Amino acid sequence: MTVATPRELEPQLQEPLQPAGWLRYFSFSLDHKVIGLQYLVCGFFFYLVGGLLAGAIRTELATPLSDFMPRDTYNEVLTLHGTVMIFLWIVPVVNGAFGNYLIPFYVGARDMAFPRLNAVAFWMIPPAGLLLISSYFLAGAAAQSGWTAYPPLSLTTPAAGQIVWILSVLLLGGSSIFGAVNFIATVLKLRRPGLKLMQLPMYCWAMLGTSLLVVLSTPVLAGVLILLSFDIIAHTGFFNPALGGNVVVYQHLFWFYSHPAVYIMVLPAFGLVSEILPVHSRKPLFGYTTMVYSIMAIVFLGLIVWAHHMFTSGTPPWMRLFFTIATSFIAVPTGIKFFNWLATLWGGKIALNSAMLFSCGFILNFVFGGITGITLAQVPFDIHVHDTYYVVGHFHYIVYGGTVFVIFASLYHWYPKFTGRLLNEDLGRLHFVLTFIGFNLCFLPQHWLGLNGMPRRVAEYDPTFSTLNQVSSVGALIMAISTLPLLINVVVTALYGTPAGDNPWNALTPEWLTTSPPPVENWSGEAPLVTEPYGYGQHQPAGPSSHPLTPAA
Amino acid sequence: MQIRTAVTTALAATALIATGMLVGTQVNLLPVDASSNAAAYDSLFKVLFSIGTMLFAGILIVLVYSLVRFRRRAGDGADGPPTEGNLPLEIVWTAIPAVVVLFIGIYSYDIYERMGGMAPLDHDAMHHQASAMIEASVQPAASQAIGEDQASGERLWGGIRPIDGDVLPVDVTAMQFAFIFHYPEGEITSGELHVPLGRPVELRMKALDVIHAFWVPQFRLKQDVIPGQPTVLTFTPTRAGTYPVICAELCGPYHGGMRTSVVVHEPDDYLAWVQANSPAITNT
Amino acid sequence: MTSISSSSAASAASGSTASASTTRTDSLLPEGSEHLASQESADAHHDARLFGLATFLVADGMTFAGFFAAYLTFRAVNPLPEGSTYELELLLPTINTVLLLVSSFTFHRAGQACRADQLSKARSWLLVTGGLGLAFLAGQMVEYFTLPFGLTDNLFASTFYALTGFHGLHVTLGAICIGIVALQTRPGGAISASSHFGLEAAELYWHFVDGIWVVLYGILYLL
Repeated sequence: MTVATPRELEPQLQEPLQPAGWLRYFSFSLDHKVIGLQYLVCGFFFYLVGGLLAGAIRTELATPLSDFMPRDTYNEVLTLHGTVMIFLWIVPVVNGAFGNYLIPFYVGARDMAFPRLNAVAFWMIPPAGLLLISSYFLAGAAAQSGWTAYPPLSLTTPAAGQIVWILSVLLLGGSSIFGAVNFIATVLKLRRPGLKLMQLPMYCWAMLGTSLLVVLSTPVLAGVLILLSFDIIAHTGFFNPALGGNVVVYQHLFWFYSHPAVYIMVLPAFGLVSEILPVHSRKPLFGYTTMVYSIMAIVFLGLIVWAHHMFTSGTPPWMRLFFTIATSFIAVPTGIKFFNWLATLWGGKIALNSAMLFSCGFILNFVFGGITGITLAQVPFDIHVHDTYYVVGHFHYIVYGGTVFVIFASLYHWYPKFTGRLLNEDLGRLHFVLTFIGFNLCFLPQHWLGLNGMPRRVAEYDPTFSTLNQVSSVGALIMAISTLPLLINVVVTALYGTPAGDNPWNALTPEWLTTSPPPVENWSGEAPLVTEPYGYGQHQPAGPSSHPLTPAA
Repeated sequence: MQIRTAVTTALAATALIATGMLVGTQVNLLPVDASSNAAAYDSLFKVLFSIGTMLFAGILIVLVYSLVRFRRRAGDGADGPPTEGNLPLEIVWTAIPAVVVLFIGIYSYDIYERMGGMAPLDHDAMHHQASAMIEASVQPAASQAIGEDQASGERLWGGIRPIDGDVLPVDVTAMQFAFIFHYPEGEITSGELHVPLGRPVELRMKALDVIHAFWVPQFRLKQDVIPGQPTVLTFTPTRAGTYPVICAELCGPYHGGMRTSVVVHEPDDYLAWVQANSPAITNT
Repeated sequence: MTSISSSSAASAASGSTASASTTRTDSLLPEGSEHLASQESADAHHDARLFGLATFLVADGMTFAGFFAAYLTFRAVNPLPEGSTYELELLLPTINTVLLLVSSFTFHRAGQACRADQLSKARSWLLVTGGLGLAFLAGQMVEYFTLPFGLTDNLFASTFYALTGFHGLHVTLGAICIGIVALQTRPGGAISASSHFGLEAAELYWHFVDGIWVVLYGILYLL
């Protein structure tokens, strides 16, 4: 194998043609830190778009009649909401934003393995996202068959919108695959000499596992969407019963990706939380080895449980049983992680700042969502609640109450590193309180609604469900309002924020052992060799630390 | 100290289990049960609800307790203890969830079997001859007249079908955006499903256009209705009344309005309904 | 190291807030982390590009795996009416299989020649490989035009064209890459005995495409 000399690193170190300052973030930068922040801001923009769409949905659902927008528009809105949130917000941010920023630091490298591929992967996202959103304004309407695009429905709705949707998702999937190739190569091949795999921060393992899932499952989605587009454009009959096709095969291929997709959205969040909790409880991550094995177990099991999304489709009884058992078992490695996180907190010295508040909110919300997940894994239980608001409640507890809460926690935790300033803690706590209350108000009632007869993807419902839907919509409104303290915080901090210093949290992982923000080459000397990223409690400082631990403490 | 911890843990665990079981059995989140398998379903629900409450409450208590008890005091710059793990403890909290999950899996298998879910779908094999393979793959559902008897030996692609013999067969056709029910015995066609109390009903279901789903919350049963791939749902109603039949698979703009009712009659009422709705019989 | 000091200048130019001197960095390190003596080993890293390509090819392979899974499921579960399954001619596809297998061998020869610094020989082998690839595509075209079924005739036909077409696209891309690499072996080109990533990458890709074809041949034609 040829060894790349440092000379080959020079192009990105010097970046002679790169604009300086904030313009850098609109350029084809090869710097993983710039790319990471590009992913973050771009993703957040799409979060706001998805949030507006959610607001439209909850406004419609505040009344039992379909009276806010035309019915097909409603279907377009719900399709775009799901697609935008998954492919343009969560997957890019927990993978591309934090992954690209942090992984090189954690392996002791100056950049990712393939910086150009990295930039390409990011720049596929804005056009794909704009393409997707623009389909709403296309004559003939945007895709309106849900983010799952089941045929034959997706073959009967306006073709142009569905094709644009397919194209957009293919681009976004491709971006995701390129990112995963980069993460796998960086973690496995770019580790600094002397750094062993089992000494890496847990987020590296989470990203390795996630990237394996991306590489193995995303292409299957690409394949099935290509076949679907053939059905739409060339009138083949893969999934068209009238032409001899089989719609259940579509579902199998779709969910072969889309179940691992939920782990692609959640495993990085598990990794991020594993970084945040030890720092703010001043205690090592509990059970490092078990945590690694549980990630691998989740990756393996995650690939063999897809048909629990199809319990009421046309699958044979034995198949339903197999998937019930396999799905139930994922609870074991996942549960281990939660117990280990609680054990990390237990006996520590916990600073309840915004990062920790959101992390604890994550623990509660995700456990709740995980419990409803175990119920959904049981075939007889699922037969009643499949395709109802019980499922909508479940997955929002996982993706929002879980991953998005972690994204917010990570923001408060790493913002000082990204920018050199500390986010305001009072605004952060306000953000947390509003988000936590609004979120639970919005999604908790949905479980009851599903159990009692409200199906998914409807603009009109039985009037007896009015009150709880109104409560849910009020919760959504509070969630919308909760964005304001965050936005204000970012703006105010950019103007007047307290300088953070290099290591405001007195943390041990490599990104904190350099300036805030870091120099282009990450460290001005050589990369530090951190063999114990969670080595808290081993070297007690003689007196009060010279670094402020929490500004508001 | 060890004994005190053990006793506290034991007491806490007991309180947790008791609370979980209390909540799980006493708090009713479900609609009324109106079919024979709904009772099985509801027992499963209670068990899951109890276990879920115990788990959630336990985690909530540990979390809140930690946040209070182990809060960092102002000015304390020292680290916490360098505890890296505890293998016996990890084994315990791997083993217990594994056992619980296994128990849940086996129990729900039992419930599923009681619901008839494990029964093979094509158990009237004598019908299953030449027509089955060809029809299943090539037959465009649109060409199937609504009145035709759908039990002509076609392959069934999914569903629940535990009972043979004295079932009331009903052909269900789903289309954008309505369900049509056809009774082959008696040639009745209706937009509502009427069934007698206590007799098993076998729904043989087909869709004409896109995927729909047939769902009655009070029966706790749901099955996708798929174009080109007939499915089946068998149930026995146990409580008279009118319950909603809801489409539970996105089928287009009017998906939310695609609903009708299932009316469970006392046997005499049912006969009256059949009489009133049968096509007129001409005198010879 | 020249690159490190120029990077300090670059970091100042790129607007980072803190000045980064070595002593400052030292004070950030808590006890327990170590410095390695050699700067060189800290900055150098293995060339991971072939590894990255191999990972990407795993992903590409999974797309084919999805198509194969669909094909096999359709075959098992949606059989065609009697009399409408088309028997496929085996002669042309078998010739095509041989062509591709030979082309993998000739590509391997090209790689050997390149590593032995015999670049014009490598170029010849590359051109032979490319020729075999084009012959494969020509054979595929002939087969397409002589088949009794079209894309939309039935499920089997559609899947056949989707699978072989997708593979054919991969072969086309491979042939183009071979052409580019062959050009690069000319004197003054990017390929040399010591630095020939382009050739190695194209070779790995070509073997992958060949492997996919073998599976495809087995499933579509022999099964």
